[in-house]
Amino acid sequence: MSDTTTNPKNHQLIDRVVIRFAGDSGDGMQLAGDRFTTSSALLGNDLATFPDFPAEIRAPAGTLAGVSAFQVHISDHTISTPGDAPNVLVAMNPAALRANLASLPQGATIIVNTDAFDERSLTKAGYEADPLSDDSLTAFTVYEVPMTSITTQSSKDLGVKPRDAERSKNFFALGLISWLYTRPVEPTLAWIAEKYAGKELVLESNLRAFKAGYNFGETAELFESNYEVKPAVLEPGEYTNITGNTATAWGLIAASIQSGLPLFLGTYPITPASDILHELSKHKQFGVRTFQAEDEISGIGAALGAAFGGALGVTTTSGPGVDLKSEMMGLAVSLELPLLIIDVQRGGPSTGLPTKTEQADLLHAMYGRHGESPLPIIAAGTPSQCFDATIEAARIAIKYRTPVILLTDGYLANGTEPWKLPAIEDLPSIDPAFATGPNHTEDDGTESFWPFLRDETTLARPWAPPGLAGLEHRIGGLEKADGSGNVSYDGANHERMTRLRAAKIAGIASDIPPTDVDHEDGAEVLVIGWGSTYGAIAAGVQRTRARGHKVDQVHLTHLNPFPADLGDVLKRYRRVLVPEVNLGQLSRLLRAEFLVDAVSLTQVSGIPFRAAAMEQAILSLIDELAAEADGEGSR
Amino acid sequence: MTDVSNAVPVPLTTRKDWSSDQEVRWCPGCGDYSILAAVQMLMPDLGVRRENTVFLSGIGCAARFPYYMSTYGMHSIHGRAPAIATGLATTRPDLDVWVVTGDGDALSIGGNHLIHALRRNVNITILMFNNQIYGLTKGQYSPTSEMAKVTKSTPFGSLEQPFNPLSVALGAEATFVARTHDMDRKHMMETFRRAHEHKGASFVEIYQNCNVFNDGAFEGITGKDHRADMLISLVHGEPIRFGSESQFGVVMQRDGSVEVAEVAAVGEDALLIHDERKDNPGLAFQLSRLSRGPYEPTPIGVFRDVERPEYGQQMAEQIDTATERRGQGDFAALLRSGSSWNVE
Repeated sequence: MSDTTTNPKNHQLIDRVVIRFAGDSGDGMQLAGDRFTTSSALLGNDLATFPDFPAEIRAPAGTLAGVSAFQVHISDHTISTPGDAPNVLVAMNPAALRANLASLPQGATIIVNTDAFDERSLTKAGYEADPLSDDSLTAFTVYEVPMTSITTQSSKDLGVKPRDAERSKNFFALGLISWLYTRPVEPTLAWIAEKYAGKELVLESNLRAFKAGYNFGETAELFESNYEVKPAVLEPGEYTNITGNTATAWGLIAASIQSGLPLFLGTYPITPASDILHELSKHKQFGVRTFQAEDEISGIGAALGAAFGGALGVTTTSGPGVDLKSEMMGLAVSLELPLLIIDVQRGGPSTGLPTKTEQADLLHAMYGRHGESPLPIIAAGTPSQCFDATIEAARIAIKYRTPVILLTDGYLANGTEPWKLPAIEDLPSIDPAFATGPNHTEDDGTESFWPFLRDETTLARPWAPPGLAGLEHRIGGLEKADGSGNVSYDGANHERMTRLRAAKIAGIASDIPPTDVDHEDGAEVLVIGWGSTYGAIAAGVQRTRARGHKVDQVHLTHLNPFPADLGDVLKRYRRVLVPEVNLGQLSRLLRAEFLVDAVSLTQVSGIPFRAAAMEQAILSLIDELAAEADGEGSR
Repeated sequence: MTDVSNAVPVPLTTRKDWSSDQEVRWCPGCGDYSILAAVQMLMPDLGVRRENTVFLSGIGCAARFPYYMSTYGMHSIHGRAPAIATGLATTRPDLDVWVVTGDGDALSIGGNHLIHALRRNVNITILMFNNQIYGLTKGQYSPTSEMAKVTKSTPFGSLEQPFNPLSVALGAEATFVARTHDMDRKHMMETFRRAHEHKGASFVEIYQNCNVFNDGAFEGITGKDHRADMLISLVHGEPIRFGSESQFGVVMQRDGSVEVAEVAAVGEDALLIHDERKDNPGLAFQLSRLSRGPYEPTPIGVFRDVERPEYGQQMAEQIDTATERRGQGDFAALLRSGSSWNVE
């Protein structure tokens, strides 16, 4: 392989590019995209990724339903989204082309695997005519590459069966794109060697396919030039590329270390949350216990049992699993024990869209239990923020003896971004502050332990795991007498306990940071969001500012309670825009809580917002205000 | 938490030390009283500490049990106590975890948790009060009610084949399965003691009389006048024999089924020898089905008591192994376990 500097072709510097690898579910597009991402990360680009795949493990081959795609946005400057539209589409078959064509802007580059464009595959994809031979792609730059046959050819002398040899074609595509964007080759070769160690034939076939792809780019008289995206200027430090689910798992381990509580995860496999279980189950040397329960209910039940015993009890789930856990969350609210419920949201209702993202569980998190049963809600805005959000959720759960719901979603779970590794000494320490002795003197002078005698400031009750003599106590889902914790059916006591539980959660507002406003003097429009819309909102705000307009941004981490000053912040603006991947859940909460006339911007198409849509929505509000001002001026 | 207390000998206690100050609120005459008494009287003999003992329950009449023990306890939600117990027992191997449940709690709404806790062999002792009726909701049929039972919710008779709780437990790979009844405190205490001794999940079915909604359900076998001829006491290593004159025994047929026979007719050598330790649960299963209901001679005692690694202990061993191989968790190293790079 020759050094790129001797390449006779043009070499162009570009500031950013969005590439979408698309193929059949079994084509290995996620792997190719993921590896391209790692190469780019190691090179120092800023990046964001968006894996997009079907719920079926092997959907019917060659069909639109079976298309699996991985979009990566690499840049020489800070970016916050995986890109609205791909500049480059790698289409491994006709279905991949057809499924993604609508999202391509004019002038985009399409690299197709021509070997897959036979009549049968075209029919399966719903093409009546071959799009490569009619005029349907004239708006794009199309490169036709016989990927399958070159891949097969490259390993012919190894004696690999053609069907097996074909399977390396994702490495051909990876090699080709690596050449096209001047990615370093050696780390990827080393990675292939490590990943397929022990499977010599597969290893060699993949290496050859990758090299064939790279060399094809360089030598074939097809590409006029290749491109380079220089490293981004990121804050100095050590970085890794991380998914939201990994960041969540690591956040749990960090919370366990920082609190000194052993970590217990009780969970049931469910897309897209399972990777948290997979990641944690690998790290038992941290004293982590992972329990794959018989169902969602048992997962959270076991976590609550572990919490009763003094562990950091956690359950992870998504969509339908949250419904099933509701009853146990109610018990945790009533028992006032620390518990983390991590909901990696997906499209609903019911089974819905298991692999597609949505943030439609906010109102469920808020109100989805019978009775008055408030609990704190935390949400992460980016994949790496899942780490801090998890620690914050654990902090609140432990300090206030309460179940806490952490909301992430499928987009955060599987998406990646470079993450500056935290300094361990900067992580907050969390004091479990277990009860150490009796806290009450009975009328007869004996010392006793009252499990529901609250801390005056936090209103938290003492946490007394079994093991200490003199602190034996019974708690349960029946209403408890204020203080003693004994069963009480008294109406006045229930009223007091209900208000105390609500006041305890509401009081957390004084223990969280005030609203963090990305502010410009003179802005009259505020965009406020939560969860995974952060990137799209930030990009939309930046674009609007680049046009010379003023707009502010708030992104909430704490959704219950809200920051204490949020109401005052909202009232400073003439327009408040609330973009959400649901039908308007935060906007309802803001309206109800603060009587603000929030404008809701919603989308539930299983994909994140596009920055362009965000920009457009902001601009229309700015236009509206300008029109109002004009109207006033002409009077 | 346990280091200090384990250094000093277990204090001598009496039943009173194990009774909480809460007024017991079961209906007067309920069988639950005698079960509570049996447990409270047994505890001082077990050599365990109150602070290391936890009673967990779900919902139902039986589920009030933890409030009456002066140990740690939790009255949780319907059917879920085995799940909660699993989390507690696996994270706190130093604790004695008891689950008190009923036939509706364990076999209806909580059936899934019960069978999986048994299968995993979680170190818990499950006491299932079987009164063959829903008491707390005032008299609907339960999953152990007999067919054709007329109740508030089945005025024309129940259409459902009942569960045989011991057959369910044995089918769920339980390592300890026993039955006792609320009319015999001594037998209860001995059975509970054995269940507590067993490492792993123990399942005890207790025939319990609900004198309000299903009075006398077990009278035909547990009544003082009927016991000798209707209860078959299982003793490990002994021929299975019963009757006021020991005139009856249990024999195995050529087709593998077991049945009651007159000793005089079959001869002593034909009697089945009870073996709790048999790895294969087949014989225990046969015994569990010897009686079709509490109107035929019914075996009580320990049906099965075999050793199998306990779940929480195995989980702890995996942690130990991982720590031995990789050393104590190093968070800084974990952060760098993927590809990391430096930005200057």
